[in-house]
Amino acid sequence: MRLLEPHDVNCTSVAQGKTGICVRVTGINAFDAGVTQNPPLTDEVDFIDSSRGFRFNKLRGCNVTRRIRLTVRLPQSSFSSTHSQADYCISDVRATWYHSRVGDSTCIPSAASAVPIATVPSRHSALVRVTHWITTLCFLALLLSGAEIVISHPRFYWGETGNDLTPTLFKLHIPASRNLVPTGYGYVLPDQNGWSRSLHFQAAWVVILTGLLYAIFGLLTGHFRKNLLPGGADLSRRAFSRSIAGHLRFERPSEAEAWSYNVLQRLSYLFVIFILFPFVIWTGLAMSPAFVSAFPATVNLLGGQQSARTLHFFVSLALVLFLLVHVGMVWFAGFWNRMRAMITGHVATPRAATYMERT
Amino acid sequence: MTDLSRRKLITTGLAATAGVAGLGVAARLAQKYGLIPPDHGGIYGLGETLTYASQRLLTRRSLAREFPRSQISKPPFANEIEPLTDEFKRLQAGGFAGWRLSVNGMVVRPASLSIDQLKSYPSHTQITMLQCEEGWSYVAEWIGVPLSHVLDVVGVLPQARYVVYFSIEPDTWESIDMADALHPQTLLTYGMNGGELPVGHGGPLRLRLPRQVGYKNVKFITHLTVTDSLKGFGKGLGSAAPEGGYAWYAGI
Repeated sequence: MRLLEPHDVNCTSVAQGKTGICVRVTGINAFDAGVTQNPPLTDEVDFIDSSRGFRFNKLRGCNVTRRIRLTVRLPQSSFSSTHSQADYCISDVRATWYHSRVGDSTCIPSAASAVPIATVPSRHSALVRVTHWITTLCFLALLLSGAEIVISHPRFYWGETGNDLTPTLFKLHIPASRNLVPTGYGYVLPDQNGWSRSLHFQAAWVVILTGLLYAIFGLLTGHFRKNLLPGGADLSRRAFSRSIAGHLRFERPSEAEAWSYNVLQRLSYLFVIFILFPFVIWTGLAMSPAFVSAFPATVNLLGGQQSARTLHFFVSLALVLFLLVHVGMVWFAGFWNRMRAMITGHVATPRAATYMERT
Repeated sequence: MTDLSRRKLITTGLAATAGVAGLGVAARLAQKYGLIPPDHGGIYGLGETLTYASQRLLTRRSLAREFPRSQISKPPFANEIEPLTDEFKRLQAGGFAGWRLSVNGMVVRPASLSIDQLKSYPSHTQITMLQCEEGWSYVAEWIGVPLSHVLDVVGVLPQARYVVYFSIEPDTWESIDMADALHPQTLLTYGMNGGELPVGHGGPLRLRLPRQVGYKNVKFITHLTVTDSLKGFGKGLGSAAPEGGYAWYAGI
């Protein structure tokens, strides 16, 4: 949750009836969309919904310090139809406005004491942020240890078996950490397989448990449905080709994308989460002699233990490709803003404000 | 905000307490049911324990895949072996007639068995894959006596939990739990692909454990000890592998 800066909440006073204050909160686009409110201190204020803000009428006791707190709930159904729902997933905005001196007929907030504070929800929920970074650390550990394991036998095969005496499907032209492997290099790298294997399996355990937690959370909270499944309009051929064209032209992401994923992004994340991750786990387990003794179909379906190893290597390459594009796109979209959003959950306000003014 | 924080604090506190208590109970149960590997300490202890515990629960009785004769690798790949010791060469010169497998520890009748004696026991043949932790593999026909039969001959005491096995090569020893020791596919192998077990593959006697990777399949076996604790062996990590940075349990 982030505190809004004073300039985010733009307070103006109006003479309306006997006394009244209009608090206009800018910086959050969905205020246009018709909002309801739920002020906890309602005995002090009456609330009238206006298209551009909130108006408090019949403010009693205007000459004493008052604290007005308003809670804004933004119903998702009221969001602009040109964007998919999750473009504005602001569900709850709390603004606390301290008002010290108000006159009888008009209430003029004093600049010094008018410290409007509002919180906006996180761009990414805490669970998404924590699981994202655990996954990142585990992936890097898996990548490093996986590369180390490959170095001990940089040859790949198809089928059940393969070794130095059998033909390869392909081989990597790198030196090896075992001297029996015919690499063409005159030297042998040090053996790092012990800790590499231990790190690989430990990181796999942590990332699988993290992934399970994330998947359960995603299903229970509607995270997949709201944030990752593309909306119907996004999947129309026109919207889809527009998004592809935008990516191909390297257009900067729109401000709305600070709060939401575009359709290609959604599809990529869904592909990684529901296709690549399960497949890399499956191909990994299919190499385990003990695991396949209990579940032989897991390796037989892949065409053998060496096929599983080769497929595991290719899925890892696909994941590395995703990582590179992902980091590249984050860089392109504004590295520190995106990083801040994924670390603290905050999105820089000026961007949101700019967006509001533009629409 | 304060209400929320307090509620959050209480919930988090309760969850943390339940979590710690749950972990304690889980650790106690895991210890009781033999799900903690001897190398559970250290920075990779979590992963080793999760792997061993889950695979032990899933694979207590499962059988390693066996293959048709047509899938036997020709020729089988023999990994590098250490230079043979003088003692080995002397036994080799005698056709391994002097090779002895001594069995002691928590057994009723400690024994010293020759290869011929082992061959006189009911033999078991299996066509299974040997896969190395490096990534290569081959399929071969392995002929030997099930370790469980030898353990029956010597009479294992009920408190036995592990079998430690030693090679004639110095500092080469491993151990397995009773689930693996009594598993029908765990063989003391003396034959391969219809013939004698070649020296390059661990002849005259190799422990075959098809549900664990190559390095647990120790070559040139001379000695077995049955025990209820691995603390007294080497550094107490279960086998030579963890002392060299490798996992004690290698089912993956």
